[in-house]
Amino acid sequence: MSFRYEIRLSGEGGQGLVLAGKILAEAAAVYDELNATQSQSYGPEARGGASRSEVIISDEDIDYPKAVNIDLLLALTQESCDRYHSDLKKDGIILVDSEAVTRVPEGSFRVIKVPIIQLAREKAGRALVANIVALGLIAGISRIVSEKSLLTAIEARVPKGTEELNLKAFAVGLREAQAIMK
Amino acid sequence: MQEEKNIRVLTGNEACAEGALAAGMRFYAGYPITPSSEVAEVLAVELPKIGGVFIQMEDEIASIGAIIGGSLAGVKSMTATSGPGFSLMQENIGFAAMAEVPCVIVNVMRGGPSTGLPTLPAQGDVMQARWGTHGDHPIIALAPFSVAETFALTVRAFNLSEKYRTPVILLLDEIIGHVNEKVNMPDTTALEIIDRIPPAVAPDKYLPYEHTECGVPPMASFGQGYRFHVTGLAHDETGFPTNSGREIGRLIERLHRKIEQNRDDIVEVDAFMMDDAETALVSFGSTARSARHAVRLAREAGKKVGLLRLKTLWPFADKEIRAYAGQIKNWVVAEMNLGQMAHEVEWALAGAAPVKRLNKVDGDPISPAEILQALPE
Repeated sequence: MSFRYEIRLSGEGGQGLVLAGKILAEAAAVYDELNATQSQSYGPEARGGASRSEVIISDEDIDYPKAVNIDLLLALTQESCDRYHSDLKKDGIILVDSEAVTRVPEGSFRVIKVPIIQLAREKAGRALVANIVALGLIAGISRIVSEKSLLTAIEARVPKGTEELNLKAFAVGLREAQAIMK
Repeated sequence: MQEEKNIRVLTGNEACAEGALAAGMRFYAGYPITPSSEVAEVLAVELPKIGGVFIQMEDEIASIGAIIGGSLAGVKSMTATSGPGFSLMQENIGFAAMAEVPCVIVNVMRGGPSTGLPTLPAQGDVMQARWGTHGDHPIIALAPFSVAETFALTVRAFNLSEKYRTPVILLLDEIIGHVNEKVNMPDTTALEIIDRIPPAVAPDKYLPYEHTECGVPPMASFGQGYRFHVTGLAHDETGFPTNSGREIGRLIERLHRKIEQNRDDIVEVDAFMMDDAETALVSFGSTARSARHAVRLAREAGKKVGLLRLKTLWPFADKEIRAYAGQIKNWVVAEMNLGQMAHEVEWALAGAAPVKRLNKVDGDPISPAEILQALPE
């Protein structure tokens, strides 16, 4: 049975969501031998402004690289949550930063609230790695990409010298997901 | 034995840069502009490592001037830009066509006119690629629909420009330029690479604009002892300006003949599920991905729909479209502009069947669902 899994990572410019999307796509395509695309949509501003990065993972050719029927939406800001939840599947998952997003859209989808940025700051060591904490959460919640492939992709992709910090951030997110999904 | 695979996840812009390097491009001059800047970003790092030269110019007019010079010196040369920069390059694209200087101009299309939509996709430069520069001139323009194909068509753009001594325009769009996608990287040592034909005669016998049978004169590089004159003015076979009507006519006709008589070598079309199709979609670039998905969905619903995807935009695939004139009852042309290609399709079909236009210019891509909806019942 073929599948197409759509993930939308949203927040504001500068939160590393494009990098997180690229890591997810690389883990799926290079190391898990699936097909994957990552695309993005952003405004003319370099920082701030609602930003989104979309990853499609499939075992077939991916024609349309944009998300239209989302399985999992990550929202790190209220604005991105408000703007980008409309294409969520009925039984999809919406993962929000519980401190930044106070108003969660109503619907039949599953809402998972996690203090992602706080976890990054307090457990991983820096708020900057919230994107990788989120990757750990997505890995544990969706199980669409293997943990091993994600670890390899993170090591290959993050800036030199930050590998340890990022791997730690991933572990923090993954552990949190395991607690939620128990 | 299984072949060693080299799988990477790249954007179209990165694949374009890699393809150019594989084709032997060693001189890049450009001015950064969204959504094309990553082409320059990769080449600024990679070219110096292999003895090539990267130069950021003061603007796009200077950029194309520089690559014309680079190519005349014998080095495969390229620039990359988007709409506003492409507009500035038009005069020198005409110079390259007239002086028969091979070079590749990448235009990663964004919304226009003017500065328009820097970060959003569009396909509004189809006609500008054909007619942006003045006068009767031939042009070649290619449009890939995936990251892997961007690599392949960049190599092809260089091959065609060298083979026919002509500027070649590579039209990407923002989606293809920025999407990260899986690519099984080709073995670069096994690629077909075409180089310009050098003169076979001594310098004093060399005619840089000789009216050869194939239409393409051999090309000497500056610094090799072959002194010749390069001008945008109408010229005779020596390269010097002429007012002779006979010489002028021969020149302009040869410029067209070298492309027209080889159009079968240049025009590439991908027919997807066209064999038994009754409705045909025509599309290119990222919109062709939505179209292909729409074809799959329509087929699941039992509809006989196919897709003719244009990989070469210019010269136009009139013959390839006309070949289906008796078979196809309805045509739908999907493009992110207000009908630039649809007009060519209508002209090619000359009323053989109705042509419906599906156009969008709001910065949002045309989705598979929108294409499905546009199909006749």
